[in-house]
Amino acid sequence: MAQTGIATTQQYNYDIIRKFAVMALVWGLLGMAAGIYIASELAWPFLNFDIPEITFGRLRPVHTTLVIFGFGGSALFATSYYIVQRTCQTRLYSDWMATFTFWGWQLAVGLGALSYMFGYTQSREYAEFEWPIDLLIAVTWVVYFLLYALTLKRRSQPHIYVANWFYMAFILATAILHIFNNLAVPVGLFSLKSYSLFSGVQDAMTQWWYGHNAVGFFLTAAFLGMMYYFVPKQAGRPVYSYRLSIIHFWALSFLYMWVGAHHLHWTALPDWTSTLAATFSIMLLLPSWGGMINGIMTLSGAWEKLRTDPIMLFLITALSFYGMATFEGPLMSLKSVNALSHYTDWTIGHVHSGALGWVAMITFGSFYHMVPRLYDTRLYSTRLVYAHFWLATIGILLYITAMWVAGIFQGLMLRSFDDYGNLAYTFVETVSFLHEPYVVRALGGVFFISGVLIMAWNMYMTVRQSRIESAEIEARIAAKMANA
Amino acid sequence: MIKHEHIETNAGLLIILTLVVISIGGLVEIVPLFYINDTVEKVTGVRPYTPLELRGRDIYQREGCYLCHSQMVRPFRDEWLRYGHYSLAAESQYDHPFQWGSKRTGPDLARVGGKYSNAWHVAHLINPRDVVPQSIMPNYPWLQSTDLDYSDVQERMRALQKTGVPYSQTQAEYDRNVATFGPDTADKLDILHAEENLMQQALTNDYDGQRERVTEMDALVAYLQVLGTMVDFSRYDEGYFAEFR
Repeated sequence: MAQTGIATTQQYNYDIIRKFAVMALVWGLLGMAAGIYIASELAWPFLNFDIPEITFGRLRPVHTTLVIFGFGGSALFATSYYIVQRTCQTRLYSDWMATFTFWGWQLAVGLGALSYMFGYTQSREYAEFEWPIDLLIAVTWVVYFLLYALTLKRRSQPHIYVANWFYMAFILATAILHIFNNLAVPVGLFSLKSYSLFSGVQDAMTQWWYGHNAVGFFLTAAFLGMMYYFVPKQAGRPVYSYRLSIIHFWALSFLYMWVGAHHLHWTALPDWTSTLAATFSIMLLLPSWGGMINGIMTLSGAWEKLRTDPIMLFLITALSFYGMATFEGPLMSLKSVNALSHYTDWTIGHVHSGALGWVAMITFGSFYHMVPRLYDTRLYSTRLVYAHFWLATIGILLYITAMWVAGIFQGLMLRSFDDYGNLAYTFVETVSFLHEPYVVRALGGVFFISGVLIMAWNMYMTVRQSRIESAEIEARIAAKMANA
Repeated sequence: MIKHEHIETNAGLLIILTLVVISIGGLVEIVPLFYINDTVEKVTGVRPYTPLELRGRDIYQREGCYLCHSQMVRPFRDEWLRYGHYSLAAESQYDHPFQWGSKRTGPDLARVGGKYSNAWHVAHLINPRDVVPQSIMPNYPWLQSTDLDYSDVQERMRALQKTGVPYSQTQAEYDRNVATFGPDTADKLDILHAEENLMQQALTNDYDGQRERVTEMDALVAYLQVLGTMVDFSRYDEGYFAEFR
């Protein structure tokens, strides 16, 4: 076992995966801490402290950027490099290109977060990076695409494994979305400020085409790639249905790109566009659930693993949240439901059942599988994985139930009338109502981040253990050599 | 009959087919919006922002106001009672980028212009709880104490002109603006006199109550006070707007 391990660590570029994995946890912890802080600002506004850099409006993009691009992005780089090498049985095409993507990405995330705090933002949600950082991201992404494609090209397996299709779709879609949504005219060569090329209704459509597909391809397709590799690996069985994975892939890739306009129901966007988007949102339920079923049924015949293997628990729970979020999404895309849910915290809750329940949980499960293999050792503690799992699950449940209560009740209050046909509540009365749900939400965040802290400790101890083990082996070899 | 195996064993084919499949949705939904004439209603009154309002809008973006305040009134009874007439596409036609927002942690601002006095806005921005005790909005006291930087306002207007906003630099562009918006507005859209116009608007209206200086508060309040006031809805028959939906 140890020998094949050493062989694979030399055969593949594992160093780059370790770097990205570490940064995923670092950005994750920072981003979640920022999330808890801004959640607390909404519950207790004095926490803004009259300091411009930490007010809600400036910190919120810091939170979203660090968790989506810092945590999620780094986790995707790490797992995609792991999977493409393992499934193609070849080393990454180029080590310097891999290193370039690492520094390009980390720099973009770090500079982005700082720039928002100092007030530089495009004010496009999840695309707040100003134009110089956008250019850095574009260059990094082109190198990532080339590296991935060239690695696929020199695979020593005839077939490209399904996980790679999803990663490739994610890379291509993100490139298109990033370029078109960030078309802007800078104020000057030495000014960080720019104005978007499009305006009003066309700008809104472009932004939400981007915004929803950032969810669709960055936070869904790519993490499905993760799922298609790590679920079968951890279960020790092949994917449930090969045909279903083909349908899942093409249907998901095609349908997702249509649904962005459901963020613009009842706005000044022409009705035909948002109706089309709602229609496709409902159709999207089919590939989403097809994928979920394909993942969960992979465990068919080995269900007892859910009782014995906490990593499996993470992966399958992630798929369950994926199924729930992708049911809730089409529901919220119905115009009548959206009329109530839009602009409220229900949307925030929905995003987090996807982001915490699906994206983060599948990443945690995958990392618990991958990191010990990267360091050729075993996981330091399985009990700590259980502790992490329960903290994360309780945290998510507190979060999303609080947001359901907040969103649905605020929606109902805003549209209720008294007997004379006047509005029953002023806006600020609904704001006062939100205080308790906001406190519970922040508490949910504390639970969730506690789990991640335990994970970080578990990972640190795992790496440490690997160092001790290899030192022991070296000492033994040295002793033998000395005896000889 | 093409077998899926061909795609799975050919990286180039996989990439091309994926590109085709992911491009269709965006093309069908976005491209027509630029060409269909009914995307934006034909109304009079909507004009680009004056230099001071523009700088106010920049501050609105900088502070991330759009994360808690929408600028898009929907066609519902409660929103009509609370905010006014539903928003038209025409009203944000010069908004680069749009500020429709996605969340109302605070109320919609699409028609906040003229609803409160300048003094109310200043008090509210310095400490929202002074005027709305239950508010959870942060304080923005620095707006009142920071002088407005308008050194690059001409560059900003030129950048916007490149995106299609009808600010003017040449006589021909100015004449066109006179024809479209009338002489008073055309003067304010003249890039070459941007600083003078900005100073004049700030000093005449004295939004922040500090007569001797032009602060960020002046700019932001000027922007807030113009929101939703450009279209005179009494001039249009309600059925007219429905044609564009």
